[in-house]
Amino acid sequence: MSKENCIISLQGVNKVFDGTTVVDNFNLDITKGEFVTFLGPSGCGKTTTLRMIAGFETPTSGKILLNGEDITKIPPHKRPINTVFQRYALFPHLDVYDNVAFGLKLKKIPCEKKGKPAFRHLTAKEIDEKVAHALEIVDLDEFEDRDISTLSGGQQQRVAIARAIVNEPEILLLDEPLGALDLKMRKDMQIELKEMHKKLGITFIYVTHDQEEALTMSDTIVVMKSGEIQQVGTPIDIYNEPVNAFVADFIGESNIYNATMAGKLKVRFLNHVFDCIDDFPVNEKVDVVVRPEDVILTVVKEPSKDKVTGKIVTKVFKGVHYEYLVQVGKAEVECRDTKDRNVGDLVTVEVEPENIQIMKKDVTNNIYTEAWINNKNQVVIGEDPFDCDVTKLLKDSTLSEDGYLIGPDGKKYDLNDADVIAEIGLDKIEMIDGFDNGDTNGEIVSVVYKGDHYQVMVRTDDEEDFILDTPYTWNEGDQVSIKVLPQDIKLMLKGDIAKYEVE
Amino acid sequence: MKSNKGSRFQLFKRKNLCIPYGIFLVLFIIVPILIIVFYAFTDDNGVLSFSALTGFFTNPSKLNVLITSVFIALQTTLLCLLIGYPLAYFLADKKVNKNAVFITLFIAPMWINFVLRTGATRDLLTWMGINGGNAPYFATLIGMVQNYLPFVILPLYTTMLKLDKSQLEAAADLGANPVQVFFKSVVPQSIPGIVSACTMTFMPTMSSYVISDTLSEGKITLFGNYIYLDFANNLWHDGSFMALIMLVIIGISMFVTRNSGKEEKEGGAAW
Amino acid sequence: MVKKIFGQCYIWLILILMYLPILVLIAFSFTKSVNVGVWKGFSFDLYSDLFRSKEILTALANTLIIAITSALVATILGTLGAIGAFYSSKKFRRAYEFVNQIPVVNAEIVMALSLAIMFAALPSLIFHTDLRSYWTLLIGHVVLGAPFVYINVKPKLQQMDPSLYEAAIDLGAKPRQALWKVTLPEILPGVFSGFLLAITLSLDDFVISQFTTGPGLLSAGDPKIVTLSILIQDKIKKGPIPPAMRALTTVIFLLVVLGVVGITVFRHYKSKKAALASKANRKRRRAY
Repeated sequence: MSKENCIISLQGVNKVFDGTTVVDNFNLDITKGEFVTFLGPSGCGKTTTLRMIAGFETPTSGKILLNGEDITKIPPHKRPINTVFQRYALFPHLDVYDNVAFGLKLKKIPCEKKGKPAFRHLTAKEIDEKVAHALEIVDLDEFEDRDISTLSGGQQQRVAIARAIVNEPEILLLDEPLGALDLKMRKDMQIELKEMHKKLGITFIYVTHDQEEALTMSDTIVVMKSGEIQQVGTPIDIYNEPVNAFVADFIGESNIYNATMAGKLKVRFLNHVFDCIDDFPVNEKVDVVVRPEDVILTVVKEPSKDKVTGKIVTKVFKGVHYEYLVQVGKAEVECRDTKDRNVGDLVTVEVEPENIQIMKKDVTNNIYTEAWINNKNQVVIGEDPFDCDVTKLLKDSTLSEDGYLIGPDGKKYDLNDADVIAEIGLDKIEMIDGFDNGDTNGEIVSVVYKGDHYQVMVRTDDEEDFILDTPYTWNEGDQVSIKVLPQDIKLMLKGDIAKYEVE
Repeated sequence: MKSNKGSRFQLFKRKNLCIPYGIFLVLFIIVPILIIVFYAFTDDNGVLSFSALTGFFTNPSKLNVLITSVFIALQTTLLCLLIGYPLAYFLADKKVNKNAVFITLFIAPMWINFVLRTGATRDLLTWMGINGGNAPYFATLIGMVQNYLPFVILPLYTTMLKLDKSQLEAAADLGANPVQVFFKSVVPQSIPGIVSACTMTFMPTMSSYVISDTLSEGKITLFGNYIYLDFANNLWHDGSFMALIMLVIIGISMFVTRNSGKEEKEGGAAW
Repeated sequence: MVKKIFGQCYIWLILILMYLPILVLIAFSFTKSVNVGVWKGFSFDLYSDLFRSKEILTALANTLIIAITSALVATILGTLGAIGAFYSSKKFRRAYEFVNQIPVVNAEIVMALSLAIMFAALPSLIFHTDLRSYWTLLIGHVVLGAPFVYINVKPKLQQMDPSLYEAAIDLGAKPRQALWKVTLPEILPGVFSGFLLAITLSLDDFVISQFTTGPGLLSAGDPKIVTLSILIQDKIKKGPIPPAMRALTTVIFLLVVLGVVGITVFRHYKSKKAALASKANRKRRRAY
């Protein structure tokens, strides 16, 4: 992105409200004429960023440059930037004409008075022409005399746009402008906005939480989460190559799995090794994204040995295609297919290597989503039971002598076979040399030096991986036992505890 | 250069607009009250003194006046409620009153000067043979009720308008007769209005002195009369102390109504 | 049906009782007798007396001047205060509104006494003189009216879409211009009703006036400023309402009736306009 084409540049912008960081180290260059969308869930800081560009908020730190000039502290009325507000913010006491002409009537343009440079207001004729032109662009000619209260939502929306573009801003900011419209109207306006953008040739910065809107209209999408940029890219990039699980989850439907690199260009998830095209170090923990439309289903008679096999559990007709949910072991795969299949069908699940998007994952915890509780109130990870404290699953509960969980209200629960998510911190796993000295045995498959400690991955016989931090040097291939204290295993019940209640 | 312009924008803040009125409030509301407190507890030499306090509580006629005032104020409030409550109920009922003009008519007397109104009542009563000479107490009460009735009608009327009609219908549907509906549904729902109507009548009645002065022809002295007389006779310390007592009573009643106001908010009666 | 008839009778009964003293006064304004109740033949003499009575006309003028000027000052102060407080921190706003509420709930006589003592005591500590004048009367009436202006403006600010102000700034208005061109028109109904209320309170007031009035400002030797309330109170202490005042009552009453009619017509017109607008809107939607 060359410096000349960059119209607005945010450099290390931070915004803190009452001690909470709302926008965190935001760096972005926007090219002239681009249609940029800030996309993210509510509270991700997208609107605050927009308001800083408009000038309604001042960054706590960082700079905003417009055409290379620092405008961080310039008040909004002196910025060549106009905004279309979320609920339009039309002036109710003025009619359509006066709303659109509001900015023009305030504007002063340079002119010459007796040879000296001076400023003058626009003439009534000039204003008339500009207003008429702006209303023509938004398809509202002949609405000039109408009262704002007599307009429909869509028409008010158009007036709001006309009011902003009539000032010929260099950048037009749009803060969820279609949020208040109904679905049909929204779709129409999306296309119209895109066309308007082409016609006007100015930069649009658009804020929305609607991923579809973002994908339809933008040249560039900026995905944000809790004040930080997650990814910047074209809609196609963002959709096909999400950089992390959040982006993948937020943009479109997706299956996201914890996976491990099983070899060069091989990734293991759903208990199966898939070929892939992303090169990650072997044994690295990664996230894998598979879009539902990229899953290939084939009906089979018997479970296949070398392919992932699952069973269709739900089927929804969506017009063009069917949406299936396939149960593979304890995991679920969402798929889209135009062919009609039946619930209960046995199917194989295949994915082309280029459709497996692999994303780097920062490991902070060992998370086992398919753990369960056995009849001794131990948590089973893989096939190995670990002692744990099941009373943590229910506040103020106790364990009875015969192994039932007793709630604070005296209700009795049998947790045998309960599905749980187990979480073990990297620093909570103890590694002991040799076999059978701990809860389970395994082999060290990777050792990564992390500056001041090593991160070691131990793979058990039943193919579960335990990652742990240790200050000591170990070698790959070492046979070890691992041990976890009961209180260090965090448990989370899948579903409500009520279903385990016994009379 | 540019940042200079920016800081000028920062100088104009909307919240600074409250400064003039803020100064006004301090100068002409807070300071005068502080001065009253000061005068209530000092003597002519500006030295701390409780003579006004002891003077008030040892003077039987002053205590008497306090009791009479409370009594008259209570009676007025009660009478106003008795007359005003059904009135507000009828005014708010679309079946009885289709015309919003009536409520304006009930407020309109406020635009005729208060003293003139009081004088007119006095002259009418005198013509009818009720005067300060033969029935000072009764005449005063009539004057009070007449003057403060609009203050009762208005808050009651606004709460009645907000009555949850479906609740009334539900009560009737469940077999309540109109009288039961009124007492089990209308009255409980209009409690906030009753509370604010009471405060709007009770305190002004207690402190008023023009009505009692005029209608009883000086035979009935209320708390307000004493405050005025003390001021007129340059007994500022005694007057200030009595004003302070009023202030305390008002403070208490404000606190009480504020709490009931909170309940009203919780009830979802926001407009 | 019974309820309807009973209710309407009740409303009319109370209404008549409330207006009876005034109506009697008006009736007897057409006869030249000292006391109400004595009819001495129909005449307009009291009306010509009224317009020749310098005393009454001066008091009337004083009352009107005070009412209009105090309501104007109260409206400006109260409106600015409400806007400023609305955009201040919650804590500050609470304290501000608490003080604003004091004159509303306080007994008039306590406010009047406290102001009067301040106006009398503070200068006498410094100048050995009483400061009371037109200005103190004005301040007293502003204290009476401004809190109500504040109370009337505040809900309008709450109802206003906060982005309106930002939209104006965004379109190039300076903060002052945005306030003037956007915020003010939005809250204008509240400002206006606050102004009307301030005028009403001022016209009706007696207690504050009695305590805070002093000699006129321009000619220091003048006796204290007499407003209508003060004048009437002064007269009725000694005897019945002076006959000429009965004529004045008629004039005031006619003005009030005019006011009521005006308000009703205005309301009617407004609701009709709103109904028309929504009807037109519905039609247009259907056409889509």
